[in-house]
Amino acid sequence: MEGIKVILISGRTIAQGENLENKMSEEYFNAVAICELNEGDMARLGVSADENVKVKTDYGEVVVKAKKAKGYPEGIAFIPMGPWANALVSANTRGAGMPAYKGLDAVITKTDEAVLYITDLFRKYKEEAWKK
Amino acid sequence: MTVVTDVVCPLCGSVCDDIEVEVEENKITKVIKGACAVGKSKLQGHERIKSPMIRVNGVLKECSYDEAIKKAAELLAKARRPLLYGWSSTVCEADKVGIALAEEIGGVVDNTASVCHGPSVLAIQDVGIPCCTLGQIKNRADLVIYWGSNPANAHMNHMKRYSYISKGYFLPGGKKDKKLAVVDVRETSTSKMAELFAQIEPGKDFLLFSAVRAVLMGYEDIVPDEVGGIPKEKIVTLANMIKESRFFITFFGMGVTQSRCRQNNIVNAIQTTRAGHLHTKGAIMPMRGHYNVNGFNQVCTWETGYPFAVDFSRGFAWYNPGETASTDLLGRGECDVALIIASDPASHFPADAVKHLARIPVIIIDPYHNPTTEFADIVIPSAICGIEAEGSVYRMDNVPIRVRKVVNTDYMSDEEIVERILEEVRAIKEKEGE
Repeated sequence: MEGIKVILISGRTIAQGENLENKMSEEYFNAVAICELNEGDMARLGVSADENVKVKTDYGEVVVKAKKAKGYPEGIAFIPMGPWANALVSANTRGAGMPAYKGLDAVITKTDEAVLYITDLFRKYKEEAWKK
Repeated sequence: MTVVTDVVCPLCGSVCDDIEVEVEENKITKVIKGACAVGKSKLQGHERIKSPMIRVNGVLKECSYDEAIKKAAELLAKARRPLLYGWSSTVCEADKVGIALAEEIGGVVDNTASVCHGPSVLAIQDVGIPCCTLGQIKNRADLVIYWGSNPANAHMNHMKRYSYISKGYFLPGGKKDKKLAVVDVRETSTSKMAELFAQIEPGKDFLLFSAVRAVLMGYEDIVPDEVGGIPKEKIVTLANMIKESRFFITFFGMGVTQSRCRQNNIVNAIQTTRAGHLHTKGAIMPMRGHYNVNGFNQVCTWETGYPFAVDFSRGFAWYNPGETASTDLLGRGECDVALIIASDPASHFPADAVKHLARIPVIIIDPYHNPTTEFADIVIPSAICGIEAEGSVYRMDNVPIRVRKVVNTDYMSDEEIVERILEEVRAIKEKEGE
């Protein structure tokens, strides 16, 4: 299925903050491995709440759960700051020391793939690291 | 059961210091008042790392503090390009020893500012900053602007204690006497409270600051009909709100530092504040994240001359973020050992930087399990500053505050651990020199 083009942002949320020092928990996973979209974008993607979507940028891709949220203009997607959002970010800071965490061009598609749990996500990183 | 008052919250840069907790059998059992949901969650505790551990054949095995510290010192002493990263969720006393350790081993020392307000620090070095304390804001600021910042979710007590909702000496009516303006790319709990909400297109902050600045400087005629998705009329209204205020404050967050133009956004934000000074008084302040992210920058500046990303490999302090900041070092695959303390880069760095952590020996000092411990070869659990250990921290407005020890613990403090590693490193080097 065709995906939709979005501008991806990330940031803090209350649930993310409450589990900041509790990251190996299911609560953190549920709070952070998500992508918030407005109703129109959810409809364009053909997904309903809690269905999985794949988010892809030039630097990586990640599967997260879609969540409907109010207050977003069409074409803006939000993933709370954390490992899933950062799977999509480049380590090139363009001389600033600061990666471009916000304002990334991304494509979102509906997917049947599962959301990787935190330990599985990092296991994948370890495997990829050693391949390189 | 004992009630402890004036507990200082070791979570965000607001450093609330009026918290009351109940302590029973050496544990905080209840937060009576003062803390927000996020602070309360930290004060009430999460699962801890039980013992120091060393990875043997791929599996973390429990060991003594002495063994873990000795092994960590051996790794650091022989490292060619060590990175010492974190330092924001601990106290200044630990930071000071950490900088000494970096100097001793010719390493790079960097804190979490490099992925949050590093650009703000660069901008402040560039053009300075008109600043003030949160107390002055509470008592005087009748216009509060949050730009790229959502305190209702990230710094939940900020508005209540220091800004829009607080009752000040000259503004006894609280929010009845104050105005709130918000600039953000999305509607947030904070923007819903605002008298003026400018929903800006992502990455257009620099343009909007320039437009507001132009109006404040009397060049309204050159502002186009729309800037970054905001109609000119609204830009003029925001500029007029600044002109008509008696004291305005702009708080800015990662919506500005992590977006396109990064530090140049902040330079423009600061200069826009200065343009406001043609009409009235005002200041600008970064919404610092960790409770002592600012403290590390203070300590590092007075110890080395530079606020973060300091490289000692040349035998003296060298500072060039973009080259010496942690993401750059890891992204280039440059460091050969990483000491991570009081932070979690595996969660908060871009994937390619995280993958390099998987390739090199990692030492972590932290009270809790987190994704970085997944990569760690040596895990050293520590006391929680502000709950089990005391020390100095710097609030977002550069005011130093002493965090307290509320309960006793058998865990070593960050300061003690880093001090012990430094002693061991010095002993190894002395032996090598013999």
